Parts: sequence; C-alpha cells; structure tokens
Amino acid sequence: MSENFPSLSLVPKTDDKQSAKDFKSDQEVRWCPGCGDYAILAAVQGFMPELGVKRENIVFVSGIGCSSRFPYYMNTYGLHSIHGRAPAIATGLATSRPDLSVWVVTGDGDALSIGGNHLIHALRRNVNLKILLFNNRIYGLTKGQYSPTSPLGKITKSSPVGSLDHPFNPLSVAIGAEATFVARTVDSDRAHLQSVLRAAAAHEGTALIEIYQNCDIFNDGAFEPMKNADSRDDVTIRLEHGEKIIFGANKDRCVIRNKDGQLVVAQVSEVDQAQIIVHDAHLDDPTYAFGLTRISHPETLQDTPIGVLRDIKRPSYDRLMREQLDQVIAKDGPGDLAKLILGKDTWEVN
Amino acid sequence: MAKDVVELDQVIIRFAGDSGDGMQLTGDQFTSTTAAFGNDLKTLPDFPAEIRAPAGTLPGVSAFQLNFGDHTIMTPGDQAHVLVAMNPAALKANLKELRKGGDLIVNTDEFGDRAVSKVGYVSNPIEDGSLDGYNVHKIALTSMTVQALSEFDITKKEAERAKNMFALGLLLWLYSRPIEPTLKFLAGKFGKKPDILAANNKALQAGWSFGETTESFANQYVIKPAQMPAGTYRNISGNLALSYGLIAASVQSGIPLYLGSYPITPASDILHELSKHKNFGVRTFQAEDEIAGIGAALGASYAGLLGVTTTSGPGVALKSEAIGLAVSLELPLIIVDVQRGGPSTGLPTKTEQADLLQAMFGRNGEAPVPIVAPQSPSDCFNAAIEAARIAITYRTPVFLLSDGYIANGAEPWRVPNPADLPQIEVKFADGPNHKLEDGTEVFWPFKRDPETLARPWAIPGVAGLEHRIGGIEKADGTGNISYDPTNHDFMVRTRQAKIDGIAKSISPLVVHDPSGSAKVLVIGWGSTYGPVEAACEEVRNQGVDVAHAHLRHLNPFPSNTGDVLKKYDKVLIPEMNLGQLGLLIRAKYLVDAIGFNQVRGLPFKTQELVDAIKDVVASV
Repeated sequence: MSENFPSLSLVPKTDDKQSAKDFKSDQEVRWCPGCGDYAILAAVQGFMPELGVKRENIVFVSGIGCSSRFPYYMNTYGLHSIHGRAPAIATGLATSRPDLSVWVVTGDGDALSIGGNHLIHALRRNVNLKILLFNNRIYGLTKGQYSPTSPLGKITKSSPVGSLDHPFNPLSVAIGAEATFVARTVDSDRAHLQSVLRAAAAHEGTALIEIYQNCDIFNDGAFEPMKNADSRDDVTIRLEHGEKIIFGANKDRCVIRNKDGQLVVAQVSEVDQAQIIVHDAHLDDPTYAFGLTRISHPETLQDTPIGVLRDIKRPSYDRLMREQLDQVIAKDGPGDLAKLILGKDTWEVN
Repeated sequence: MAKDVVELDQVIIRFAGDSGDGMQLTGDQFTSTTAAFGNDLKTLPDFPAEIRAPAGTLPGVSAFQLNFGDHTIMTPGDQAHVLVAMNPAALKANLKELRKGGDLIVNTDEFGDRAVSKVGYVSNPIEDGSLDGYNVHKIALTSMTVQALSEFDITKKEAERAKNMFALGLLLWLYSRPIEPTLKFLAGKFGKKPDILAANNKALQAGWSFGETTESFANQYVIKPAQMPAGTYRNISGNLALSYGLIAASVQSGIPLYLGSYPITPASDILHELSKHKNFGVRTFQAEDEIAGIGAALGASYAGLLGVTTTSGPGVALKSEAIGLAVSLELPLIIVDVQRGGPSTGLPTKTEQADLLQAMFGRNGEAPVPIVAPQSPSDCFNAAIEAARIAITYRTPVFLLSDGYIANGAEPWRVPNPADLPQIEVKFADGPNHKLEDGTEVFWPFKRDPETLARPWAIPGVAGLEHRIGGIEKADGTGNISYDPTNHDFMVRTRQAKIDGIAKSISPLVVHDPSGSAKVLVIGWGSTYGPVEAACEEVRNQGVDVAHAHLRHLNPFPSNTGDVLKKYDKVLIPEMNLGQLGLLIRAKYLVDAIGFNQVRGLPFKTQELVDAIKDVVASV
C-alpha cells in the first residue's frame, strides 16, 4: 500500500479495495491486434491498486503517437496532449498539485525526437513524474519511419536504402541528463514490468522507465531475442539491487570491471568471485549506471540489462518549489495586495 | 547666487549616452522624482538589444526620453526641449530628436579628437559651429565629477562612473526638483558599498551645486504639479503594472497564479517581478524553452491554477501548437505577448504592433482566441484582470497584447483600492452534470453552460469526475474521441460561438467626439492610445472636429463596433504595423478604412498623426 511509496505521501489514500478492472475506462482500445501496448496497459492497470491512493488523484499525461493513446484507456484523469510536450505539461501539473500521482506515457519518437528537450530537463529537475517510455524503435502512428532509436542502416519507408542516423541509447541519455531513477523492462514480462513500476512509484522525483515494446506491424520482432524462451535468459541481464550481476541460462556469465575500469561481461569460470560486480542502484556516481547502459549490443540485444539501473535520492523539484513558497510566506507573511500595488514611493493628490 | 525662476507648462528631456553610462537609471530617477512632485508624465526608454556594445560607438547609444508637465501628458513627446549627450555617439544618434533652439548639454570631456572621429565626425561638432542652431551648454561632466570625488578612496574609473549622477543633479536643479528621493534610492542600491554610495551622493550634490553657480544656465525652471483626480499615486511601468494585474487576478479569483516562462526581451521583467511574490502563492517556472513555458502553464490550468505564460512575438510563434491545444481542451490560460519589432528576431528592444494577426490567426485549424490590449503602462493592470476574467469565465486561452513601448514606458498611476476591483468567480465541477436516458447520473466534460458555452472546469482530485481530454476532436457532451463529420462541424462552430459570445460581457466601444459633429473617426488599439488622443486633441485645438475610439478588445470586437464605424464618412486607423487592424475591420464591417502605418520601432509622434488626421479630414 501507499506507505511503501514515499513519493505519494501527499496523495490521498483509499481504503476501497481496488482491482485492475477499476482502472479500465469505458473506451474501446484501438491499438493494432498483437501490439505490445496491450500487455503494458494490462500490467499498469493491474499494478495501480498497489499504490493504495484514490483513483481520482491519479493523472496520466501523454504526447502524440500510438503509446500516447494510453490515457484514454485508464479510468483516471487523463490528458492526451501534443507531440513531445507531455513532460512539460506534467511538470506544470505536478508542481501545482502535490496531491496527485502523475504519470507520463510517451514513445521513442515523442520523448527522444520531437520532445527530447523536455525529457532531459524534466529528468535534471527531478519533478515528481513517472515516465513510461514505450520504445519500439519505429514510428508507428505515422506508418513506419525510422525513429531515434532505430539501428543504423534500418530499412524503413523513409530510409529505403538504410537509415543514416546513429541511434540514441535512451538510458544513456537519461543518465547524462542527471536522472535520479532509470530502469528498463520488457512489455511481455508482466511480473518484471510491475516490479519496475513499483520501484518507480516509490521514487521521489522523475523516474524514467524504458519499456521495450513490440510493434507487430512496422517493426515486428525487434526485441525477440529478449522474449523468446530459448534465447531470453542468455541475452538478458536481470539486475537486482545488492545481488551479484550473474546471468545466462546456465548462470555462467557475469559483469566485472576490466583493467581500464569499464564494465564488461566475463565468464564466471574465468574470474574471481570478488571481481563480480554487486549491483548497487543507489550509487551516486552516475558513471556506474552509465557503464551498465553501455554493456549491451543494441542490435543483437546481447547482454541487455533490465531492472532498476539507477535509483538515487535527490529532493524533487516540486517539493523544493513548495518549500520555497512556504519559507517566504513564513518569513514575510501572506501577500497583501493593497500593500504590494502601493509600493514604497507614493504621493497624494487632494 | 539665486537665479530667476521661470515657469513652464511642459518639458521634454532626453538623456543619451553609452549603454554603460547609466542613462536608463538616470532617466528613471528623474522620472520618479518628477512623478512624486506631481507632474503628469510619459517616458520612452530607447536602448539597443546589446548589453554593452563597444564604448563610444553608435550601436552602443542608450537614450531615455521623458515628457512632463502641469497638465495631462499623453505621450513621451515628439522632439525634446533638452538633450543631454554624454559623448559624440550619443550626440550624433540623438541630435535629430532635439528641437531647433533646444538646450543641448554636452559632456566636453568625451569630445576628444579620437572619440569624435570614431563616430564619423570630420570635425568636432561642439567647436565647428554645426550646433549653432541650438543652445549649447559645454560642461566637463567627467572631469568635474572626478574632481568632486577626489577626497574619496575610489579608483578614477569608479569616480568617472558617477558622472551620470552629476548630470542628474544638474537636471534636478534646473527643473527645481529635490535630490532627496535619489539619495534614498542610492542608499538602497549601494548600501553595502559605503565608498561608492558616498561618491554617488557627492556627485549628485556637486551637479546640483554646479547648476546654482554656473553661468551656463541663466534661469532655473519650475513646472507646477498637474491637476489630477484625488487619490494616492505612484509611478509605474507597463511590465510592472501587468505583473501586479496578474497577481490581483489571482487574489480576486482565489486561485494561485502559475507562470511558465522562458526569458525573452521585452517580457522578461514580468518573470523577474512575479518570481519575487511567492508569498502570494505565485509559482514561477523558468522553463527550458517557450513551448515548455506554455506547456507547464497549461498543466497548471488543468490542475486548477491560473496558468500564465509571458513572451514576445518569436515566443508566440513557438507556442502556437500549445495555444491550439488550449483552445481544444477549453482550459483557462493567459498568453502575454509583449510585442517587439519583427519578423524573426527583428528589433528586440523596440516596439511594434505587428503580432495582432499572429494572435488572431496564428494556429492550425479554426482556433479562435480572445485578444485584450492595454492602452497605457498603468492600464496593463486592468487589462491583465480583464484577460483573466475572460479566460476563467469562458475556459479559453486569452492573448494579452502589450508592447515594448508601454512595457518599459512609465506614467503616474492612481493606485486602486483592491476592494474596488472586480471579483472573478471560479466554479470547479463538483459532481455529475448529466442524466442518461436510463437515469444514470454521469459527468460529461464537454456539456456546456448554456449562457457562456463554457465547458465544466473539472480538475483532478474529484471522485466520479475522472475523464480523459485531449487535442483530438471530441464528441459534443461526452468528450470522447469523435471523427464524426457532423460533430466536428458542430464543435468548430460552437468553439467559435463561445468566443464571439464574449462580446456580450464587454463594454461597448466609446467614442470621444466632444463636438459631436466629427465626420472622421480615428480608431486605434493598444499602446497608440496616448499618441492618437494627443493628436486628436491637437487637431481639435486647431478648430477641426475629429472623433477617437480605441479598441481594448480585438477579439471579439465590442458589439457596437460596426454601428460606430458606419456613423462616420471616413475612418482612419493608425497602427504600428502595415494595417493589421485595418484588415480585420475592412473584412468584418466592409468599411473602407484608411491606414496610417509606421514600423519604426518607436511610438507615433503627435505631429505626424496630426498631419495624417488633417489630410483625411480635408478629403471628406
């Protein structure tokens, strides 16, 4: 319940028993059959009761794109805005109302291309927002152009002989932007997705969750190695805070620091146990989490970390803003309009 | 030695110097002293966009003009009676602003051969007879200041920097104003630097004493206080009045103010001012860009606060898509556009009225937005409250179109009693507003108030009102996504009807036509009020009838606008653009209005308007 979520301390609690059904709106879901968004929607609706807060105090804000239709399907307050601007609008909302739990739903084009500026500034300010970035490495709603996370050489409608754009690694961008919470998960792994939502909800400040999401129309199978039962355990590094980073179907690989200080993958059999990195999401030094984001091979998805990479404490922007107001009012007293507009230099005309 | 004191009814002074010479500060101090003395006045700060262009060059010249008198003053004045030129560049750039025979005070210390040739003079203008048409006062302002400050433990450079106070002291003496207000101001400004404070005080006093003893000035002048309605007055600039108006709107509506803004000239002062007033619950958010500024403001409006964004023309261009979203969401929002010269970066520190059509039409789709324009610096206060009233009552974004002239210009203001300000009623939705056929009570986010056509303002946190809104077209009533052709046609027309209906709540257009027999109507909007009324007054004084009406609401127009226009044989529309209001008036009322248009980055001069009006009257 909400005692587990310090970031929601000012959001009214509920004693009502909520279920996933309570969070389903009456609107017909209009994503393509087979879209990864369905799984994410179900996972989020299933998770919401855990917050233990009143449903009317939850707001979903989105930009433009397939993922941004998400708010229409949540039986909470919802605002479907304009392309790329959801973090800015949500910032105004969250800094105005500490009694709200504010969630942003966005995609790789929305958050990293047209809205890149708002994303990085929301992250550095640490506004109390939970940002769900659905990354399918393609533009879906505009019918299949390459996105800022598409691999170099990607053949799409707008790149018939291959994209020339070097892609972003969204989590590297986030850490470079001073993010305090950075995580990654996969649309089809409901338990893992919900565990990450749980950690994000508890975090005070901006939480960025990258969700690998399959677009079965324009980029089907983009994350298949991480979903297929035969390969997923071999390619995926499941991070757990306080645990040694060991992975692989046979638990035979691990993450160590090489002699240059880089985080690299090694065979467990070839290293001392003491060399194996114990995952510490609370490390203030961002180079560690950044190093984790660079281990993977983005195209093959080999050695891709999922889970919470970084989760550090820094006061949220909205709290600091509230405290400034409170301090000034405590010091100067509440504003007096008559006194304000008179100012100090007046004269009388009789 | 006491000198003869001569009474004048009006004086126009222009201070000009390097950007680093403190001319704006000097002008401001003379202004506040003069305002407190009881004269009516108007000011025109006239400075470049560059903070400190190279010293002694034409691009670095900063000027400040002040018109004050013993009667109502409508404009900063055409040509000055007195020009203070701190260096050759200031002289060269400003001499045309001094009337023939006017007093020219030059700082001779800065007129060395190099400084003179640097700005293109072939010979020294203060020695070659080229200023014979003026009453030249050659004063060694810099060296006299340094000499007066020799007793202080400060550098020569620091002493030289006090020369503006010497000049101010001299001017205060010349027009019989006290130095005490400036001493008080300096104490506040330099309180933590006692040496600099003492030096500035001394320079001010030295300038005053110099006036008393020099033979360069034969007379001292006095300008009696103006007759003004009884009350408590202060001096105020447009940006300050606008900031106070926004705070007042917050107080009168009972909802906190939220400013999302990105710094831009000439609007930044509003951000600075509002950030000082957190004890009114004002939240100021300096955003990463113009779009985030309006985005955050709109998010705040959705949350139930009074969302405001402040900018200038280029910023409006960036905000256009978000303004369209606000139109579609039907949420209250105030967009303050302090207009400057355009297009593109244009003239950042100069005034223009060329954003009217951008405010009116600068969005995709049919996206009507109400427009309110203040007519003077102090009127920015009331206009801000009016913009908030419309935004809150009709749940719509509203443009508040100020401009660089009234934003930075100042005038005396009779400070209102807050008890006399209008209340702004805020009604948040608190429950179901619709009954389905089966009797179920539901909440419909797009079910409108039949009177105003406003939809409910349903802020998060109210149980049972959970709903989803967005920029996609919505079904009438339910607000659900709808691509239905008939519904879209209905919604577009309804949003337009809501804005048009605002006309029912605004005062009719008032015509000032003292004789009642004018054949020509001059109609203006926004900051041209002062110059236009001054020109009409001048024309009437010459025995020619002319009527003046001034629009505060540009969208919608007051209901009687068409009737007013049709009463006159000719309609003249002066604007600081190429005819934007003219275009709207001609299109809407089929009136063959005549434009008088200037885009010089400066307010109209009275004489130019007088000539234009007389030309039109003569053609009737």
